Amino acid sequence: MLAIALLFLGGAGVSAQTPEDVNQGKKLYLGHCSPCHGQTGTGGRGPNLAQPRLKHGASEEAIADVIKNGIAGTEMPGAWQLSDREAALMAAYVRSLGRVERADLPGDAVAGRRVFERSGCGQCHIVNGEGVAMGPELTEIGVRRNAEYTREAIVHPGAAVPESYLYVEITTAAGRTVSGQRVNEDSFTIQIRDSTGRYHSFRKQEMKEVCKFAGRSAMPSYQGRLGEAELDNLVAYLASLRGEP
Amino acid sequence: MRFVTLLLAVALQAQVTFERIRDSEQAQGNWLTYSGNYAGHRHSPLKELTPANVASLKPAWIYQFETGENEVSPLVVDGVMYVTAPNFAAALDVRTGRALWTWNRPVPKDLKTLGFGRVNRGAAILGDTIFVGTLDAYLVALDARSGAVRWQAQVADYRTGHCITAAPLALRDKVIVGISGGEAGIRGFVDAYDAKTGKRAWRHWTVPAPGEPGSETWSGDAWKTGGAPTWVTGAYDPELDLVFWGTGNPGPDWNGDVRPGDNLYSCSLLAIEAATGKRRWHFQFTPHDTHDWDAVQVPMLIETTVRGRLRKVVATPNRNAFYYLLDRASGEFLLAAPFAKQTWAKGMDARGRPIVLPDTEPSEGGTLVWPSLQGATNWFSPSYDAASNQVFVSVREMGAYYHKGEAAYKPGTLFTAGGERALRGDKAFGAIRALDAGSGKQKWEFRLHSPPWAGVLSTAGGLVFGGSGEGNFYALDAMTGKPLWDFQTGNGIACNPISYLVDGKQYVAIAAGHVLIAFRR
Ligand code: HEC
Ligand code: HEC
Repeated sequence: MLAIALLFLGGAGVSAQTPEDVNQGKKLYLGHCSPCHGQTGTGGRGPNLAQPRLKHGASEEAIADVIKNGIAGTEMPGAWQLSDREAALMAAYVRSLGRVERADLPGDAVAGRRVFERSGCGQCHIVNGEGVAMGPELTEIGVRRNAEYTREAIVHPGAAVPESYLYVEITTAAGRTVSGQRVNEDSFTIQIRDSTGRYHSFRKQEMKEVCKFAGRSAMPSYQGRLGEAELDNLVAYLASLRGEP
Repeated sequence: MRFVTLLLAVALQAQVTFERIRDSEQAQGNWLTYSGNYAGHRHSPLKELTPANVASLKPAWIYQFETGENEVSPLVVDGVMYVTAPNFAAALDVRTGRALWTWNRPVPKDLKTLGFGRVNRGAAILGDTIFVGTLDAYLVALDARSGAVRWQAQVADYRTGHCITAAPLALRDKVIVGISGGEAGIRGFVDAYDAKTGKRAWRHWTVPAPGEPGSETWSGDAWKTGGAPTWVTGAYDPELDLVFWGTGNPGPDWNGDVRPGDNLYSCSLLAIEAATGKRRWHFQFTPHDTHDWDAVQVPMLIETTVRGRLRKVVATPNRNAFYYLLDRASGEFLLAAPFAKQTWAKGMDARGRPIVLPDTEPSEGGTLVWPSLQGATNWFSPSYDAASNQVFVSVREMGAYYHKGEAAYKPGTLFTAGGERALRGDKAFGAIRALDAGSGKQKWEFRLHSPPWAGVLSTAGGLVFGGSGEGNFYALDAMTGKPLWDFQTGNGIACNPISYLVDGKQYVAIAAGHVLIAFRR
């Protein structure tokens, strides 16, 4: 009960953040966390924290809890010597690392949704449970990526391939070629998903060739296929997708 | 009938005398000390498994730990396997993995490990007693037959960031133990305890106090928080009666401004007299380290020809990316050869002091250096096969931006002053490399998908076993590096394999996450 009350207070304190608070959170972060999570939160020995959704940190309160108590059975230590306020400041800072704040954009999100539907984006992307999971789910794209990025992804897909998306082409010993997105890999095997959504698993040693195309996109460019206004609207629509129906 | 044989085997269980551990080549398929022998070789004399038959290796049994992060290297003694986890030990029937006894010690609620995970790398045995270090910095002696506590000695105070993760080393009448805490500003040491009573026989400080030899390499009070922890098990030469133990980084890690000087005896190898605890010699690999390149890798005591002359040496692939050979009796520098990409040193001078390149110091904006702060290799073990005179080492090919920060020492908190930033889109990878022991020249490599956290085991049958960050446990041909067998364990592997014999069958065991798996044909 006490713990809940404290956490709640911590959370409440954070929502009234001043720039000084953010600064202090950052300073604390650099002292305590950067050795493992990196100076900018993008990871090292610990995972990348500059992401909107963390497995163990769905909310600022949950992150503060992770900071104070660690994650049992892992290398993530608990920092009991920190005050609740310090933990809350750090949690707010960590949460800010991966979240894109709402911005005022020129386009009209409602019209943008129609552009999305017309252009066949749903053939490759899932939004709020609908569509095909060939490319990344876009339900929370507005939290993950800023408008500049999404515009680039639509116009020049190759310039904005997320690190987790790697296009591979595999030639088997029998000479058959299979291509698609890599979904997993270890030192001996690789798993890919082809454009029809089918999974394939190969032992790398037994293949004639495993080619990886970093930066090659499986998404068509929409440059010239959408008008400037349509593009503005589409970008505004994507920015409005924040995982909150 | 089987039951009777088992009982008999236990009844016949001999004492694990010092001589039995010393003569490990006659250990009859046991694994009696952390590295398999005192010389730190992690090489099994067993020959049943060979490149021709290893493909039929399969799991025989699985043991589940309660904790999910296991770095244990088990011991095997006359039909019983001893495993550890943080503040936990168990004796297992080596045929089935069934527990014969378990022991645990509560972890204090306010305990935190500063700069590393909650792990334990294994136990030591001497006579009929098992020795285990704990997270709260106790050394505990357990009756090998029941797990009952014989004695517990407080080594240090966990509230100041002291902790034991390393397996102790038991020899003659003593138990040697190292300490963790290099990111908490401890003053490091190596301790020896009387195996019978738990009374401390000696303490060897790894950072000198004012007036002691080496204190001229420190200034002001920096030595008090000077680090140089001793968190991986060392080696022992019974003839010289010398213990060889590596030391870790000076504190704070990445900002050396507050500790001008070479900071002896951090990032060094120490040769310590087992009887007295006195230092015979030292060799510092990375003077005034600012990259966290601990020198705690298990030193290997080998005999090899160096530039035409057969010598008794200590061989060690260091975290700073160089493979070193030092004379075993004197510590004289003989050779340093890079075994991984490095961008920080032009080479070594005649006495083995690195000629450091400019602009490699951590900075506020970040300085790109290879290897990364986890090093070109790390705490996980290398191995040595005398027959082919090859050293096998798990290599991390990875660079990082090193950042320098501010740090004020506050007991029981991180004292690191900086950190690293990963390279975006870095093509980091891992490898197992075979080096010619006398020259450090690479003979072959096997590439891994990512930089590994698992050590290697070589065997007289001609195999090298290793683990990957993605959970593969695998066997390579020791002469060519060709992969011969692999098994997906389902969890990244961060420990060292061992091998032993049961009923004439050779087993190989590895821990991965929550489980320990024993394999046989
Ligand atoms: C010793 C290294 C280390 C330090 C220091 C450390 N972490 Fe972690 N952290 C980890 C590791 C490793 C994990 C992943 C644990 C797992 O396997 O789930 C983790 C996980 C986390 C997570 C959960 C991430 C997710 O995806 O759910 C958060 C949040 C986090 N750390 C925040 C922090 C903060 C804030 C600090 C500083 C107060 C900190 N960590 C200090 C190693 C560290
Ligand atoms: C043929 C399948 C396909 C179609 C059609 C498609 N995409 Fe994509 N999209 C992908 C793939 C695959 C990626 C992953 C990265 C890459 O390969 O570029 C992606 C990436 C993206 C990203 C970046 C996501 C991130 O997390 O970085 C955005 C935004 C995006 N697509 C929006 C759209 C929009 C809007 C449309 C319709 C105008 C569309 N896509 C049509 C396949 C497609």
